[in-house]
Amino acid sequence: MGKTVPNGSTGLTILRDISFEVRAGEAVAIVGVSGSGKSTLLGLLAGLDTPSAGRIQIDGHDLFALDEDGRAALRGRMIGFVFQSFQLLPAMTALENVMLPLELAGSRGARAAALGMLERVGLAERLGHYPKQLSGGEQQRVAIARAFVTQPALLLADEPTGNLDAATGSQVIDLMFELNRERRTTLLLVTHDEALSQRCDRMLRLAAGELVPDAGA
Amino acid sequence: MPGREVKSAGRMSFFRELALAVRLLRRDQRAGELALIATAIVIAVASVTTVGFFTDRVHQALGRQANQLLGADLVIVSDRPVGPELEAEARARGLAVTRVMRFPSMAIRGERNVLASVKAVGSGYPLRGELRLADALYGADRRATTIPERGTAWVDERLFAQLGLTTGDRFELGRLAFRVPAVLTHEPDTSIGFLNSGPRIIINEADIEATDLIQPGSRVGYRLQVAGSPQGVDAYRAWALQKLKPGQRVEGIRDARPEIRSALDRAEKFLSLAALVSVVLAAVAIGLSARRFLQRHLDACAMMRCLGASDGLVLRLYVTHFALLGIVASVIGCAVGIGAQALLARWLGSLVAVKLPAPGALPALHGIATGLALLLGFALPPLTALGRVPTLRVLRRDLGVPGGSALLTYAAGYAVIAAMIFWKAHDLKLGAMVIGGFTAAMVVAAVLTWLLLNAAGALRTQGVTWRYGIANLRRRVLGSVLQVIALGIGMMALLVLTLVRHDLLSAWQTSLPPDAPNRFIVNVQPEQVPLLRQFFEKHAVRQPPLYPMVRARLVQINDRRVSSATYADERARRLVDREFNLSWAERMQSDNRLAAGQWWSGPHPAPQFSVEDGIAETLGMHVNDVLTFDVAGTPVSARVTSLRKVDWDTFNVNFFVVAPPGVLEQYPATFVTSFYLPPGNAALLASLVREFPNFLLIDVAQVMGQVQKMMDQVAQAVEFIFLFTLLAGVMVLYAAIGSTQDERLYEASIMRTLGASRGQLRRAIVAEFAVLGALAGLLAAAGATALGFVIATRILNLPYTFSGEVWLVGTLAGAAGIAAAGYAGTRSVLRVAPLKTLRELS
Repeated sequence: MGKTVPNGSTGLTILRDISFEVRAGEAVAIVGVSGSGKSTLLGLLAGLDTPSAGRIQIDGHDLFALDEDGRAALRGRMIGFVFQSFQLLPAMTALENVMLPLELAGSRGARAAALGMLERVGLAERLGHYPKQLSGGEQQRVAIARAFVTQPALLLADEPTGNLDAATGSQVIDLMFELNRERRTTLLLVTHDEALSQRCDRMLRLAAGELVPDAGA
Repeated sequence: MPGREVKSAGRMSFFRELALAVRLLRRDQRAGELALIATAIVIAVASVTTVGFFTDRVHQALGRQANQLLGADLVIVSDRPVGPELEAEARARGLAVTRVMRFPSMAIRGERNVLASVKAVGSGYPLRGELRLADALYGADRRATTIPERGTAWVDERLFAQLGLTTGDRFELGRLAFRVPAVLTHEPDTSIGFLNSGPRIIINEADIEATDLIQPGSRVGYRLQVAGSPQGVDAYRAWALQKLKPGQRVEGIRDARPEIRSALDRAEKFLSLAALVSVVLAAVAIGLSARRFLQRHLDACAMMRCLGASDGLVLRLYVTHFALLGIVASVIGCAVGIGAQALLARWLGSLVAVKLPAPGALPALHGIATGLALLLGFALPPLTALGRVPTLRVLRRDLGVPGGSALLTYAAGYAVIAAMIFWKAHDLKLGAMVIGGFTAAMVVAAVLTWLLLNAAGALRTQGVTWRYGIANLRRRVLGSVLQVIALGIGMMALLVLTLVRHDLLSAWQTSLPPDAPNRFIVNVQPEQVPLLRQFFEKHAVRQPPLYPMVRARLVQINDRRVSSATYADERARRLVDREFNLSWAERMQSDNRLAAGQWWSGPHPAPQFSVEDGIAETLGMHVNDVLTFDVAGTPVSARVTSLRKVDWDTFNVNFFVVAPPGVLEQYPATFVTSFYLPPGNAALLASLVREFPNFLLIDVAQVMGQVQKMMDQVAQAVEFIFLFTLLAGVMVLYAAIGSTQDERLYEASIMRTLGASRGQLRRAIVAEFAVLGALAGLLAAAGATALGFVIATRILNLPYTFSGEVWLVGTLAGAAGIAAAGYAGTRSVLRVAPLKTLRELS
């Protein structure tokens, strides 16, 4: 798979001939320096952007055979997200943020599921709070609750500790791995934190848009 | 930004700076804020100049053409013949003199009869301005060099149409038949007013006697027209002022046409203040857009400073940049104003009956000043922050706008708006009242909107798209309140002028009984009373009551002499200037109610007056006051013993002042009556008018039609001005949407990431703006209802009937209109690939 974006008369290649497979339940870290194409790769895996060449299959579904709305629906059903900057909706309470993906998918019992999930991440007391009333660590826990509430087959995490101090960061990571194990979710984690990548089953290293063979792979 | 220009920043010439500013402007024009600021300025300037150009044209007409409006340099206006002394003195001083009489009369031709305004003129008329005639209807016209020959009349095209005339035909005025040799196309001193709005006829004064139309009690306006050298006229004016009797006044070119002047003054104040509402809303839109412009340019400014531009240069560049934008937008606004004023002139011009000259340049200057003042007050204060951007922002983006600018913005903006209101109100008290009222209304509206928004929060459980939409409104609560108010004001104005006006009109019409009198007969001479009774008997019409009427001038209340100068109130001045119609009666009319004092009884009650309570209040009369009237030169005094409430809407004949029998009988009286004539009796009217040519027959339906046409024209004009207000409200909406666009893009991409379909996002957007529009509509309906209530109960004295329609239409139209406008303004949010936004904005 590859990604090229137009840049003047020539194309700028961001990702070239990337090919890999992740088994269900596996935890994989994607590492690489800034600009190596990690986030682009993650975005493509989520169907947030389209590749210039190649295909992505998730659980047998060809992601780019679907249209935008089809991919959105697939995301809603199968994929959870945790972002570096949390990406909670500021107009909604913690509970409403967690309910959102279920409601968008039209599932019943969104409220009960969201309540259970927030309890699981230790925020049962913070249901009615808005994101700006929560600390960074709390916001990321809400984001994790939102990611897991749909019982996704695949969790995509983009530098989940990037905006947190070390202590809070490690608590959040512990929580994420715990939930990942409990629910047998497949995890793809973008990070440049070597220690964090060590906790994954294997590591994919990107350099200048290409996968490089890695000792740990 | 090429480094070349910046390097030489310290020594940059004015023109190179200007060129750089123009380049910046061109580069920025793609950004939405500038287009929005420019559009808001165009709207504000257009609304101000539309009113400005129109009123300027009327002012010019009153100024430069004042002597044409008078037909002379000086006119002595009188309700009795002016008398030989004033005329002889003018001739003795070598001034040109001529006489004019104006009165209403029936013009009759065969079965047709029309209430027309007649002007009988002496030789030399008009002394200033010109009469123009055409040989056939709609033919080319030429200047008349004489006055009509005896036995001929010049009449306007309306009389041609209403009597079915062609040139050379005859029609009757009173006892005389007149031949019509020409169509009157233009006369200088057109009169306006209730009874003068009929078709126009000019005859020779030498024919008056033969018509037999001028009888005791007839309502005739006498005018002595004088012209000559300015010094001669001034000297004569000074002399004449000493000689004036009650009921006489002087109009010169400085104070020509006071009735037009006062109407213009009121119209100007009202329309300019209405136009200012658009200016206020446009200001809000400009302020919002300028803040967003500022936020988007912080980085560029920091970078320019980093590359060596001084604070001053950065500030000057952006100020020049905005000034250019302001001037261009203001000029466009003026152009729109010039086009729009033509419509105003069409609707209102006929009401002032003045031929309007082309608009002058002054309103354009006012318009451009308004545009620049808006920029100064609302865009510049945030801009000054650009000059103070910390250079370090290049490295640390969290270093934002230097503080203090928000407060400065609001203070400067408020000051600019307040100054404009004082300027347009021409009056400290009115200005303060408008500012106070506006501020209070804003506060009430803001509180109301805030409460409504909270109540809308209850809808949050209704599905995810609604919840998200409403959550958005509540999060940006200040912006939402602002938008609701801005849109609400525009919608309210339109609701009042459409639905509420219609409701009031129909409430008034249905309050009339179906057999309410629809014809008045005025000017019945005492000896004609038995003949009229016979006439009614012969044609089997129920005998209507005939009321005697004596014309008199109020000269004294107790020991105090009164004249129009005694009163500040305009209605009071008009009342005192005119002659009263006094009447006498034994018993109080059945549609009157006693408000104070006692009605007379007994066989021979003492001389006393009963006064209508409204006029008593206007003129400061009370029970036990002694009123003195001048009746045909004789003072008649009596005590006020009662005040009456009169229901004027019944169209029965009623009088302000009534005496018991035995007080007024010896004075010249005429009789008046009103009666109901079922439709289809034109023949009866024709024979009535033919038999009694001196009668004035007033068709209530026709007068009502004229009044309604006048109201419609005024309403149309006002509606038109408020259209700018609605547009300005929409600008506020778009400015607010613009200022939230980045947030919206960001949130939409999160929603997409979490699995939202475009349809879901679209529904959320529509929900948000539909609720916003519905709230604005509710607010508008509340405001319109309150205004309607005040107008009905305080001004028109009608029972107010609640209209659900206003609320329904307001809310639904608001929801639909704003949902559409909001969706149009935000749908680009749906098109962006989610990853792109997450990366750019997070």
